[in-house]
Amino acid sequence: MDIPYTVEARPDTGLYNAKVGIWLFLASEVMLFGALFSAYILLRVGAPAGYWPEGWLNVPLGTLNTMVLITSSITTVMAWASLKMHQFGRFKLFHAITLLMALTFLSIKSYEYHDKFTHFEILLKDGRFADGHIIERAPDHIVIHGRIVNDEKALYNLHEKHIQLKEVTIQRSQIKSMERYGPWHNTYCALYFTLTGLHALHVIGGAIVIGFLWGPGSKLWETDPERFTNRVEVSGLFWHFVDLVWIFLFPVLYLL
Amino acid sequence: MQATATEAFPHSGAHAAHHQEAGFLRTYVFSTDHKMIGLQYGFTALCFLLFGFFLMLMMRWQIAHPGKPVPIMGPMLASLLGNVAANGIISPDLYNSFGAMHGTIMVFLAIVPLAFAAFGNYLVPLQIGAPDMAFPRVNMASYQFYVLGGTVMFFSFFIPGGAAQAGWTSYPPLAEVVQTNGQTFWLIGMIFLISSSLLGAVNFIATVIQLRAPGMTWMRLPFFVWAQFVTAFLLLLAFPPLEAAGILQLMDKVAGTSFFLPTGLAVGGKLAHISGGGSPLLWQHLFWFLAHPEVYVLILPAMGIVAEIIANNTRKPIWGYKSLVYSVLTIGFLSFIVWAHHMYLTGMGTKIATFFQTTTMLISIPSVIILTCMFISLWGGSIRFNTPMLFVMAFLPMFGIGGLTGLPLGLSYSDIYLHDTYYVIAHFHYIVAPGTIFAIFAGIYYWFPKITGRFMNEFWGKIHFWGSLIFMNLIFQPMFAQGMAGMLRRMADGGANYSGAKTPDTVGGLSPFIMGLHTWILWAAVGLALVQIPFVINLFWSIKHGPETHSDNPWDSTTLEWQTPTPPPHGNFATAPLVYRGPYEYSVPGHERDFTPQNEPDPACEPSPA
Ligand code: HEM
Ligand SMILES: [Cu+2]
Repeated sequence: MDIPYTVEARPDTGLYNAKVGIWLFLASEVMLFGALFSAYILLRVGAPAGYWPEGWLNVPLGTLNTMVLITSSITTVMAWASLKMHQFGRFKLFHAITLLMALTFLSIKSYEYHDKFTHFEILLKDGRFADGHIIERAPDHIVIHGRIVNDEKALYNLHEKHIQLKEVTIQRSQIKSMERYGPWHNTYCALYFTLTGLHALHVIGGAIVIGFLWGPGSKLWETDPERFTNRVEVSGLFWHFVDLVWIFLFPVLYLL
Repeated sequence: MQATATEAFPHSGAHAAHHQEAGFLRTYVFSTDHKMIGLQYGFTALCFLLFGFFLMLMMRWQIAHPGKPVPIMGPMLASLLGNVAANGIISPDLYNSFGAMHGTIMVFLAIVPLAFAAFGNYLVPLQIGAPDMAFPRVNMASYQFYVLGGTVMFFSFFIPGGAAQAGWTSYPPLAEVVQTNGQTFWLIGMIFLISSSLLGAVNFIATVIQLRAPGMTWMRLPFFVWAQFVTAFLLLLAFPPLEAAGILQLMDKVAGTSFFLPTGLAVGGKLAHISGGGSPLLWQHLFWFLAHPEVYVLILPAMGIVAEIIANNTRKPIWGYKSLVYSVLTIGFLSFIVWAHHMYLTGMGTKIATFFQTTTMLISIPSVIILTCMFISLWGGSIRFNTPMLFVMAFLPMFGIGGLTGLPLGLSYSDIYLHDTYYVIAHFHYIVAPGTIFAIFAGIYYWFPKITGRFMNEFWGKIHFWGSLIFMNLIFQPMFAQGMAGMLRRMADGGANYSGAKTPDTVGGLSPFIMGLHTWILWAAVGLALVQIPFVINLFWSIKHGPETHSDNPWDSTTLEWQTPTPPPHGNFATAPLVYRGPYEYSVPGHERDFTPQNEPDPACEPSPA
């Protein structure tokens, strides 16, 4: 039994099955991320004035990552176009770059995550707040690279120019509580980790599929080149979508 | 090629060559054949239907006789579930678990998998003349996700603290602060079930768009296919927001975020240790954005089944095929913009309430059109009153009651009083139970001969029908009265605390009559359980012993699923069918038989490729 239109396009729709499938799937993905962005808007609008973090993320790194993903999108198209022109070697080359870009993106992202997870907000017994990365832990004290402020609100806007970070020693006996900048820290962190985490899962998924088509899956090129090209096209469409999500995430989380 | 198109094929089929002997696992467990997957869905979902019904029976006992041990089942509950069912008494915690899981199981594990996945999988490819679904392996994965989700849900009963307790709607903060990991299980289970539905939806839509046989134009699709098509779109676009909400609630549960937890939340009299800043209303919006379309997911496939059976048993074309198609499309669209009619009590303000009241009134128009078309279809037909048709005939008024009682709920003025009372329970159960479930029963009796080559027993079928019809009404009709008297839903004591007997000097306490209806409903529910026994026996017994059909098209039907061997082999059609006409050419004047199958060649026209 053969299912029609797995490879060739159906005349009246002009599409082969998998292409219909991926577009439908992407429609559902749009609804998924659409809902998450709506959640972002609702929670942000509802946040008390002055308590929405600004400048908490590293914009140069975010920009770099945006560039990385855009590059990967270009190489994805090139990889597919190479197959269309029957240049298998160039396909291999371009998708190698795509995979490298995916890896770069994830590495930079993990670095950023790591930075947040080692960042502490420390409530002192005198009511002040210490904030920064721990660089030394002793039994009776810790040293942070950061600063001490009187009002928690001062920690929220990092756009101000005169913020100076230095090494501060804090006696453990002074500490009331400490909290990492994890998803539990506040609504912004929760959104940041959830949205970028879900996006990163998409990147990993896409990279696995592209990696498979680049490696073992590419044997199909010899037996059924048209089908293989279709697979590369479909996985490419998914990859573009993943990039597109990031294009929205970047300004929303880093810049606004 | 065309000569074979109308006649039944020899049972061996030309496909024997393709059809390697597959092992047991490949045939029954890891099958990629849409028919086997449909049957798998059907069987699993029927088991869940029974299980969900059983939960409900336990609950009905508890609210009719609060604090008394459950007869017969009590000791088993106590030994399986421990403390929450000590001495066979259903504790309030257990009552809440049963309630939450009854709703979840019925909606997501029983009705949708039956009406959409089981019937859709089995019939859609056959009715459009396709050899299988567009993506058979995705189809298999969809079923496996479903089983996985069901397993997670089922085992959550046995973890310490028990299953989720905050209703099928899982409103936070309550859902998140209940002291059990059942809610986490619920969320993980839901994520599996949603993934399953999404895979299924993509597959259904792609199949209908791509795999229609030559000549099967859009306006020649049986109405059942249209209904499934729109349903698939609802699932595809409405489920992801609930998936998003599920992920956010899961983050709240496991990563300590506060997406749905407001600042200053107190739990057990103490300030909760959370960052706060979340919004419980956000959950309600995301939930109902799915859940209103979801209720149409429950009803549209049922309408599809009903249309097929009416056409076949009135021996007449469905009246107003085009109106039906446009109505179902309109419903599909409008169902995305009515969700907040479940939230009138959240203080949304009159402007927004007006918007949602308007859309809600609008959406009832196409629903009424569909129902009217079905009723008019009966007019002047020489109706064959077999079991499937009886169920369908009952569906129409039952759905009518359910739909009409929805209107007062759609208007905020009356809903503010009726919200969260038994009136709402009665409203939607009229649609889902004597509505959708009757359509499902009708479908089972109707298509059983195609699957097995045998009829189900008519006599026991009729017993099943009349019993179900009577008991369903005895169960749900009193709930309207209880709701209008002000009895709230989801109370573990059935409202005893608010009864006139308990607080004699308050105005508006629930009267002994209203409270007494609980007992009435309990015994009607037991009756309903008893009349299902003939059905279950009939279903299994008839596989081997039912009267043989002696024909591939025993009901003299026009649609393509009957123009195949019985049961249809892998790949369905011996030769790819060509379609020459619309789906309901019954009693066409001048034809020798009173039905003209869609693939019967028409000398006047060639099939067009679309
Ligand atoms: C025909 C027009 C319909 C209208 C105007 C309507 C209106 C409503 C409204 C306003 C509510 C919310 C009541 C409240 O919570 O206070 C409601 C609840 C409900 N309706 Fe309908 N409905 C209609 C059809 C349907 C259909 C076709 C179904 C399919 C099964 C359905 C299933 C439900 C369910 C499950 C609930 C309860 C949800 C819950 O709170 O647990 N309704 N309906
Ligand atoms: Cu609704």
